[in-house]
Parts: sequence; C-alpha cells; structure tokens
Amino acid sequence: MAGMKQRMGDLYDWFERRLGLGEAITDAAEHPVPSKTSSWWYVFGSAAAVLFMLQIVTGILLALVYAPTAGEAWNSLQFLDHNIRLGWYLRALHGWGSDFMVAVVLIHLAQVFLFGAYKYPRELTWIVGVFLLLLTLGMAFTGQVLRFDQDAYWGLGIGVSIVSRIPWIGGALVDILLGGPILAGPTLSRFFALHVFVIPGILLALVALHLWMVLRLGINEWPMPGRLVSKKSYAAEYHKLTEKTGIPFVPDAAWKDAVFAAATILAVMACALWFGPFGPTGQPDPTIIQTAPKPDVAFLWIYAVLAYLPANLETPMMFIAPAVIILAMILLPLIFGEGEKHWSRRPMAVLMLIGVALTLGIFTRLGMYTPWSPIMDAWSKEPVPVAYLKDRTPVERAGAIVFENKQCRNCHSLGGEGGMRGPALDGIASRMTEDQMIRQVLQGGGNMPAFGNALSPAETTALVDFLETLRAGRVPAAIDASRNVAESPQPQPEKTIPPVQPER
Amino acid sequence: MEQESSKANDPNPPSELVDATQAAPGSDASGHSRRVFLFNVALFLNGIVGTVLAIPIIGYLLGPALRKRSSQNAWIDLGAASDYPEGETRLASFRDPFSVPWDGQTAEVPCWVRRIRGNDFQVFAINCAHLGCPVRWFAQSQLFMCPCHGGVYYADGSRASGPPARGLFEYAHKVVDEKLMILAGKLPTLAAKNCGGPRLTQIQPTAATEASAAIASQKPGDDSWPA
Repeated sequence: MAGMKQRMGDLYDWFERRLGLGEAITDAAEHPVPSKTSSWWYVFGSAAAVLFMLQIVTGILLALVYAPTAGEAWNSLQFLDHNIRLGWYLRALHGWGSDFMVAVVLIHLAQVFLFGAYKYPRELTWIVGVFLLLLTLGMAFTGQVLRFDQDAYWGLGIGVSIVSRIPWIGGALVDILLGGPILAGPTLSRFFALHVFVIPGILLALVALHLWMVLRLGINEWPMPGRLVSKKSYAAEYHKLTEKTGIPFVPDAAWKDAVFAAATILAVMACALWFGPFGPTGQPDPTIIQTAPKPDVAFLWIYAVLAYLPANLETPMMFIAPAVIILAMILLPLIFGEGEKHWSRRPMAVLMLIGVALTLGIFTRLGMYTPWSPIMDAWSKEPVPVAYLKDRTPVERAGAIVFENKQCRNCHSLGGEGGMRGPALDGIASRMTEDQMIRQVLQGGGNMPAFGNALSPAETTALVDFLETLRAGRVPAAIDASRNVAESPQPQPEKTIPPVQPER
Repeated sequence: MEQESSKANDPNPPSELVDATQAAPGSDASGHSRRVFLFNVALFLNGIVGTVLAIPIIGYLLGPALRKRSSQNAWIDLGAASDYPEGETRLASFRDPFSVPWDGQTAEVPCWVRRIRGNDFQVFAINCAHLGCPVRWFAQSQLFMCPCHGGVYYADGSRASGPPARGLFEYAHKVVDEKLMILAGKLPTLAAKNCGGPRLTQIQPTAATEASAAIASQKPGDDSWPA
C-alpha cells in the first residue's frame, strides 16, 4: 500500500510540475476569511453556482435527444418523457433546477443587499451579480421557449408583443427575435442558440469573474452595527479580521456551503421525482386556440402587472420601469458605497427589500389564478345554481338562460363559479336598481362591453328580471329614490314620499 | 483606487502579480520602438480585417429586419367566399406564405373571417392587440374575448373593454373570382406601422339593427394594411 501511495504522489508531482495549478488552488481554497463568515447566511452564492453546474450537465444530457426545430421539438419532448429511459427525470431535474436557480439567485441577492456586501470594495462584484441575475432570468425565459408547447408559442408571442412596443426600433427587434416575419421555425432555432450557446457562454464568463472578485476582495465580513465602511480604512480593517483572527475558507467555513449545496440538489431531485417535468402542454399548433397561455413561475408577476396597467401607462411602464430598476441596481453600490452595513441601521434598505419581496410575491400569487382573465368555458360548464331558480317566474328563468347563453358567466360568478373579471352577481339586486342594470347591460362601461347589439329587448327584459332576483341574503333590493318621487301619484311631499332609503 | 489606498497592507496576493507585470524588465531600447511600431501596424491590420469580417456578420444578424416590406406579406387564398355564411364570423387558417419545411405546425396561421353581407368581409388576426394571445369568438354575445388579460372586442373588431389600446388587427382582403384573398404573413404587432390606430368606431349601444347597419356601411379594409 505504501508503494501505491508513493506512486500516486509521484504522479501528482509529475502533473503539478507541468500544470502548477495545485498550489494556486490550495492557496485559494485555504485563504483566510473572517471567522464570523462561517455562517448559514453565506451559503446562497455557492449553492447558485452548484445549481448552475447541475443545469449545464442536465442541459447537455437533454441536448443529446432534443430536436431543436419547430416541427419536431414538441415530439422530441414527448419522446424524452415516454420513450427514453429516465428522460422524464432529466427533464424534471432541468426544469426544477431552473426554478431553484432563479430562487437561490434572488435569495443570494437579497442577502447581499441586506448585509451591505455591495459596499466598497465589492461594488463591481455586485454589478456583475446584477447581470448574472438578468442572464439567469434570460435562461429561464429562453428555456421556457425551448419547451416548445402552446404556452411557449403564445408566451413568445407575448414577449415579442412587448418588444414591438419599443419606440422606433420595436418592429426591427421583433423581426430579429423571430428570425422572420412570423413566429415559426427560425424563431425556435434562434432561441435554441441563445439558450444553449450565447447566454450560457456569457453566464460562465461572468460567474468566473464574479468568483475571481470574491477571492480577490475576500468574503464580506459579518456586519456589525456602528462599524462603518470607509475607503480609507477598510482594507486595513479587513486585513486585521482575516489575517489576525481569520479562519481558512476550506474547511472551516466551506463545510456549510457544501452541506447547503447538497441539500439544495437533494431538494431539486425530490421535486423532480415527486412532481415530474413541466409540460409540455398542448402542441405548438396556433390553430388550436382553446388555450390560456401562461408564463413560467419566474415571470408570472410580469404577466400580472400587465393585466393591471391602464392602457396609456402600459408602454411607458414596460420600458421605463425595467430600465430604472436595472439602473438603480447598478448605481446602488456606486452611490451608497460607504457607511453602515448592518441591517439594524439601514431601515430604508430593509423596508425596500420587504416591499419588493411582497410586491413580487403578491403579483406572482395573482398570476397563479389570474382573476382578470375571463373563464372561457364557464358559460357552458357551470349551470345557474338551482337555489337561484326556485320559485321564479318563467321570464326570470328565461333570463337565467340568457345569462348563461350570452357568456355573462365568463366574467361574472354566480354561487362562486365563473370568472372574476367582473364583480360576482350573487347580490347584484341589492346594489343596482333595475334601471341601472338595464343601462349597464346595454351600454357597458367600467370595463364591461356593451351588450346592446347582442341582446333583443325581450332578452334584456328577461335578463334584468332574473338579475333583479339576485339579492344578498336579506339585504333589500336597491331602490332609486328619485324614481319613487317621479312615480308617486300625488305630488304632495309631506304625505306621499316614503322614507328615502340610502341608495348603495 | 483600492490599490492606491492600501498599497502598504493590501491583504490580497494578486496585487503582487500586478506589481510584477508592471516591473517587467525593459527590452533593448533601439529595437523596441521598431517592434512597437510593427505591433501597432499588426493591430491596425487586424482592425481592418475585423471590420471587414464584422460587416457581413451584422448584415446576417439583421437580415430578418432588413427584409423588404413586399416580402413580408403575400396574398393568400382563404377559400371560396361562399364558404363563409353571411352575418357570421368563422375561424379560418392559412399557410404562412414564407414557411420553411421545419416550421411544423407553426406554419398554419389562424384568423377570424367575418362576412357581413355579400362581398363585405372583415378578416381579423387571431392575435389580441394587447399582447398577442389568441382571441376567441363568441357568437352568442357577439364578442371576441382574450384568455390572457381579458381584452374584449366587438364583432367589428373594435375594442370593447380590457387592456388593449386598440381594436383587433385586420388583414387587407379582396374577393377575386369568388375567392377570398387576404394580405398576410407578418405577425401583427403594435410595431407594424401600417396596422393603423383604433380607427373603427366603438358601436354605440342604440338599437341593435341600426348599429349593425352602420357597420355594414363602413368601408371594408379601412383599417387594414396596405400592400
């Protein structure tokens, strides 16, 4: 055994004399870091890097089978899922790895922001990190396109529709993105090149740069309230923390990174096994229009924001807001490069982080159930609740049929079933008078189309008669006070006007 | 900046490397300027070669955007005009005039054909004017609805409600030899200048008959793309 060990040592020496990498790597691994940075808060960057490696490996493995043409991509995904041994698992690993990578990169960014790690001298590390985030999102989007199904086809349509609104160059950019006049074969080939060559190439280079700067400038020390960052004294202070009281990165600090990375990969594997791969949903046939396209989870918040922006704000917001956000992130370390790092002394930073997290969370949640979308088949799927038809006159029941037949249900729910685009109509008669309902139905308004062209007078009467029966529990029907005045037989105010009920 | 401020006690070993390169031993002075000149000439030469190389590459990349307008749309046969009943709106589809063999299913493009009466047609793009999702026609309520963000359009394609800033995109069309032809090919987006603004007037909810008569009297193809 001793001879074996000796021979292995000789072999290592043979390579080391020629490569000379061993010493550099050992130095880098064992470089001293401030002792308090051995923390479970400092593990997200390395986990993101490990996830990136997982994505590269699984991506290459998928590329062994995937057919990157618009005509065959969807079929090759089916083939991967059903005909290739464990193909579904590789797809699931890559898909879940993508979601985890986006999440871990965001958490890493939040942690770095909260710990003031972007301050001097790590400004450029942060700026490169901002581009790493954008590239990660770019990978997520282009990856979703490669899963060339209905969602991918129409999602890409949404993407280029956004791009088309860029003033002056929008049209040319759409053509370049699509690779032709319309979304077709050349489009997928382009996104394949982006997803597999262009973005990963840039991502690899920037990850290397990011890591190089982390090694060169050292890991951010644990922030202490009152310990201010100053360009004059920082290097000496950091030197004291590392050289005098520091610990070697490997193994004293790195074991936590390693444990967390392993746990992350384990979680990806568990999700892949349990939930399986994403899609593919229906085939990318544009003539199958029975679809409600939705982006992947990382972009649901954008999808939600686009539903709520008023038309005149939409185009400016689409371009000004992202530009401002990205510029602010890039300028952040250059403007606030010194001073306090500890979160307890940076209340605005903490508030901003909470605000951004809540905003993203709320819009993502909204994007999951899309209350703004009409439910296209609600009118033919959900009958009017029986309770709403009990003891009703024939005209009122005919109105219920009109209600279903004219697709009112796609936007308005009854008994909890139906669209959420418009208000639920269960208690509508308590809120609107007959006249108001007739006007609303015929003329629309308030984001409701006018149905004047689609309803005959008889249908309108029946519909409104039916709606008049929909009262919220014992709440009385809404009344129009002035109508009472107008219809009162004797215009003698003291006697005939009934007590006016507040109209709602 | 960091180098200057912390030269004395920079904790980072790489700074020594930087110093080492700066302190590289000077070469023979007489031959030096000549070699520097030749190196600059070589750089210049590479600059020229690089530029000459880059121009066609950029042209290749911009190719799709530099296509002539005439090669982005073509007249396409949508079948006999009589296949479309008067007063109805039907889903039709056509083959992308510039399709390539590996387009697969994406080469088939759907559109909505509305035959008002006689040879009065309107042909709408499937794509919602908001963000391009496929709109669906509901004959009972005479509305197009979009599943994505809830854009709604009237039968004549004008905006009814929701986020779209304009009505549906319309293809120019003509009836030749009893056949309905449309000028299509390019993905309709807000960037395509000739799509026109929301010129179709919103139907005022007067009597249903009056309104439909008003639509019928509108000149078809008003809002469409010129050739």
